[in-house]
Amino acid sequence: MPKMKMMMILPVLMLLLLLVPTPSFSLFEDQVGFMDWHQRYIGKVKDAVFHTQKAARKRVVVSTHENVIASLDLRRGDIFWRHVLGPNDVVDNIDIALGKYVITLSSEGSILRAWNLPDGQMVWESLLPGTKSSKSLLVVPANLKVDLDSPIFVYSGSCLHAISSIDGELLWKTDFATHGIDVHQLILPSASAVVHAVGVTDLSHFHTYEVGVMSGEILKHTTASFPGGVYGEILPVSNDRFVALDASRSVLVIISIQNGKTHLQQTHVSDLIHGSSRDTVILPSKLSGIFTVSTDTCIAFIKVTDEGKLHVMEKVDNKVVVSDALSLSEGEQAFALVQHGDSKIHLSVRLVHDMSSNHLKETVEMDHNRGFVHKIFINSYVRTDRSNGFRALIVMEDHSLLLLQQGEIVWSREDGLASIIDVTTAELPVEKIGVSVAKVEHSLFEWLKGHVLKLKGTLMLATPDELVEIQKIRLRSSEKSKMTRDHNGFRRLLVVLTKAGKLFALHTGDGRVVWSSLLQSLRSSEQCSQPTGLKLHQWQIPHHHALDNNPSVLVVGRCGSSLSSATAMSIVDAHTGKEVQNMVPTHSTVQVIYLPFTDSTEQQLHLLIDADNRAHLYPKTPEAAEIFQRESANVYWYSVETEAGILRGYGVKTKCNLDEYCFEARNLWSVVFPSESEKIIATVTRKANEVVHTQAKVIADEDVMYKYVSKNMLFVATVSPKASGPIGSATPDEAVLAVHLVDTVTGRILHRMTHLGSQGPVHAVLSENWVVYHYFNLRAHRYEMSVIEIYDQSRAENKDVLKLIVGKHNLTTPVSSYSRPEVMTKSQSYFFTHSVKAISVTSTAKGITSKHLLIGTVGDQVLALDKRFVDPRRSLNPTQAEKEEGLLPLTDALPIIPQSYVTHAFKVEGLRGIETVPAKLESTTLVFAYGVDLFYTRLAPSRTYDSLTEDFNYALLLLTIVALVVAIFVTWVLSERKDLQDKWR
Amino acid sequence: MEKGKGVMGSRKWAVDFTDNSSSPSTRDIPDPPGFTRASQDQDDSAMSRQKKDAEANWKSQKAWEVAQAPFKNLLMMGFMMWMAGSTVHLFSIGITFSALWQPLSALQGVGKVFEPYKDSKVDLLAPKLLFIALNLGGMLLGVWKLNTLGLLPTHASDWVSSLPPAHEVEFSGGGIALH
Repeated sequence: MPKMKMMMILPVLMLLLLLVPTPSFSLFEDQVGFMDWHQRYIGKVKDAVFHTQKAARKRVVVSTHENVIASLDLRRGDIFWRHVLGPNDVVDNIDIALGKYVITLSSEGSILRAWNLPDGQMVWESLLPGTKSSKSLLVVPANLKVDLDSPIFVYSGSCLHAISSIDGELLWKTDFATHGIDVHQLILPSASAVVHAVGVTDLSHFHTYEVGVMSGEILKHTTASFPGGVYGEILPVSNDRFVALDASRSVLVIISIQNGKTHLQQTHVSDLIHGSSRDTVILPSKLSGIFTVSTDTCIAFIKVTDEGKLHVMEKVDNKVVVSDALSLSEGEQAFALVQHGDSKIHLSVRLVHDMSSNHLKETVEMDHNRGFVHKIFINSYVRTDRSNGFRALIVMEDHSLLLLQQGEIVWSREDGLASIIDVTTAELPVEKIGVSVAKVEHSLFEWLKGHVLKLKGTLMLATPDELVEIQKIRLRSSEKSKMTRDHNGFRRLLVVLTKAGKLFALHTGDGRVVWSSLLQSLRSSEQCSQPTGLKLHQWQIPHHHALDNNPSVLVVGRCGSSLSSATAMSIVDAHTGKEVQNMVPTHSTVQVIYLPFTDSTEQQLHLLIDADNRAHLYPKTPEAAEIFQRESANVYWYSVETEAGILRGYGVKTKCNLDEYCFEARNLWSVVFPSESEKIIATVTRKANEVVHTQAKVIADEDVMYKYVSKNMLFVATVSPKASGPIGSATPDEAVLAVHLVDTVTGRILHRMTHLGSQGPVHAVLSENWVVYHYFNLRAHRYEMSVIEIYDQSRAENKDVLKLIVGKHNLTTPVSSYSRPEVMTKSQSYFFTHSVKAISVTSTAKGITSKHLLIGTVGDQVLALDKRFVDPRRSLNPTQAEKEEGLLPLTDALPIIPQSYVTHAFKVEGLRGIETVPAKLESTTLVFAYGVDLFYTRLAPSRTYDSLTEDFNYALLLLTIVALVVAIFVTWVLSERKDLQDKWR
Repeated sequence: MEKGKGVMGSRKWAVDFTDNSSSPSTRDIPDPPGFTRASQDQDDSAMSRQKKDAEANWKSQKAWEVAQAPFKNLLMMGFMMWMAGSTVHLFSIGITFSALWQPLSALQGVGKVFEPYKDSKVDLLAPKLLFIALNLGGMLLGVWKLNTLGLLPTHASDWVSSLPPAHEVEFSGGGIALH
């Protein structure tokens, strides 16, 4: 009998083995774009150079504040090519040389690069070491030939360099540091073989040099004393005239050079522009014979006549944005003005020869959520009637980039998304019941059609056209981009706050912008100048009794850059993007604490800590105050003072004098790191919303270890001050990396460990009871990753089964940090090949699924590394029981499996952060990586064990069931018939 | 069965020669001379006693055999379990559960198994006990196997592995000043 059973079991076993898919974490080619999306941005445009003449593909080359240089298609705004320079490699200038190279000057003028215009390949790179830091200037002469070469002139590091544009060779170099002058302008008068360098010494002497383009020798030097000093830059008006502003910002100085002499001519700004004239600035405009002065009331165009007389040509409102001059044919110059109207912008193009009238005037409808125009670049084209047409590239307040042509927006790019500050998520609205019948029928028909097509694909009956169709259906499934909540929790809104103070909601299904809103509280106003966004938190998450309310998010910003500046706050409806509340509290904000309490309308309580260590409670309702009062004995906060190397812990002392919702702090503890040996370089805590499933860890032989799971644990990494610089600046003997686990309620150091000969940068992630951190080992010349797991020894005795069965244990009693539980740690280190930009960890709804570390590598990709690889219990020869437990044999390096890059073929350029959000389905976590680019995908670290895959073929299942039912029926009929025949025999 | 019935139904007549009645009065036809029903009965009874004894013997022998049958099963099961190994997979689970199920079903049907050997002269208690003991042994073997597979909650880990982390009394937040 058992033999029979075995024979029955075997085929079943075989069948099951066949059905189980081969384990693989990677994707197939046709799964790309199925649940992930990738968006490419460039950031706020700083400078733009058009390349439209004699070019088949009209393009504009831009440099941005995110240190991106990119070539954009002028027709559609797509990126032809793009390079993201490092965060320290700030682009200073760009230009086009020889009509085929893009020249970029970056890193304070020390790196000059040429990129091939059509494809963006780097052609050459020159390092220009200077002697003294100075401003950097780049001049690319349009048609200057020196020995068949066109030199590029670069002033940087107090030296003037001439560089061959063909191969980047340094032709000559003239040092101005010895002259002690600070060069402000380089001018290359056309049809002459000299470069004019204009500068000042000690801000009181004005110098001009004529430098020969052939060899760089100084041909002529003139100087003039200018006792008033210079404010800002000296700007050229024409080839031999310059304009500057004196130090008091009230006198304009016209500097003219004639016959080797320098003449200065002073004019009061108030004489030219009547009325008040504070905050005067000369705008660089490159108009010939005209300069622009901006004051607090207006912008004036001032013409310098040949006799040196100043003549105000026009005054416009100071909100107007003026473009640089654009040279047209026959020496004509044009420039553009943009004026902001009510939900419209007025663009006018004027010719320098005819300033009085607009050459072109266009009005364009503009979304008020884009804010004001910040910058404008213009370009001309020749219309069919041989007149000049103009297109304007404008950069808006929200960092978006738009191309205007013939009164219309040709294209727009949401480049604000390249500079995300913070990310949170919001649930979509619940689906309304009562969908029209026609819709259901339609979707049913579509569903059936789709599945029949899929079935054909599975059975290899589909034609190539149909295969394309199948792929299209898969990618553009209407399900995934619906605006309602789904059962699995895959559809969410990613709410992101950008540097421009704009809030975007992105749909996780396809990455489209659902709404965007330029927050009024984060726009410059009289109360709040130059506000910056700091933090984004979920404010209201409707669950049960407030289900009718929309979820909302809290945005906290700061007016100005100092820590003691006032706070700017907004509460924004996460479904519509409307600013529900807009507050400008007088207190400052250095820290925003998300308290684990909600009031009756599901508003989350928040504490804003100000620079004087007072805590301000939000929302400001009596109910919230009551809740906080009740819990305040158990609410603590801490500050990390990186400069002083001190951690301080605080508790609530009393209410402030006047304010009901303000609380004074009392310092409870301090941890002082000796400044001569330790400098704080990184801190990390557990994510506030992380869910831990269990406190016990079952190890080999059914043994149990109890995790020390505390939300109040802080990881602090310090290095010796000598080793706080970049890698290589300290010897291994000088470098010491110390890591600490600190309890932030009591200030107790739970664990401390030092890594000799190691240094930062440290990237770390803390989750459950473990922390993984990445640093550089100077002795091994390699990056390392270490793991610390922390276990609670005070619970370790709970091992008696009988006691556990009857419930006699202390495992569920609430724990207090003041009980000082004894802890035990285990740690291990491994080599890791890559340097790291960010580390994160997957998070799931219940915390049951195993975890993967998500590592943002130096190649701007996201690598998923199974947590099992960083398990401190790994040993060289694991026992049988340990192997069964899933413990891997110890290796010295962590493996990088190419298939486990979650970003697969994409790069998230300038990667800054990786955010993980649990889906409702326990197996799945949503991953959002952001930098200059955005990338979103869904991950299932233990594979989707709780659902069928999306490409599960329901039609095939249905067909199989139908076929089986038919087969049963047919065989039944046949057997009946046979029986009957047998009876008649 | 149905075929048989059909044949029976098609018979037109039949004579039954057997006569088991013992009293002559009930009969229409008197017994032939020299035929004594009693002597035949006596003779019969002697023979049947003998027969019955043999049958009882045979029955008890059979009962013992049946009672010992699970032992072979036990050996076979043990072998299978050894073959299955101590890791949890479909095969070992199947074996273990059949090892548990078989004795259980056998124990449920103890009466039925020994029904054919029921006799006033045969003492079925001892074989029954043996049968039950052997089956219990089989069950124990199954339980032991279950334990070696780690499917019995006999370790502390089985009771705490899904215990949520204890609630923390204090809350603390903060960090480096925001920039």
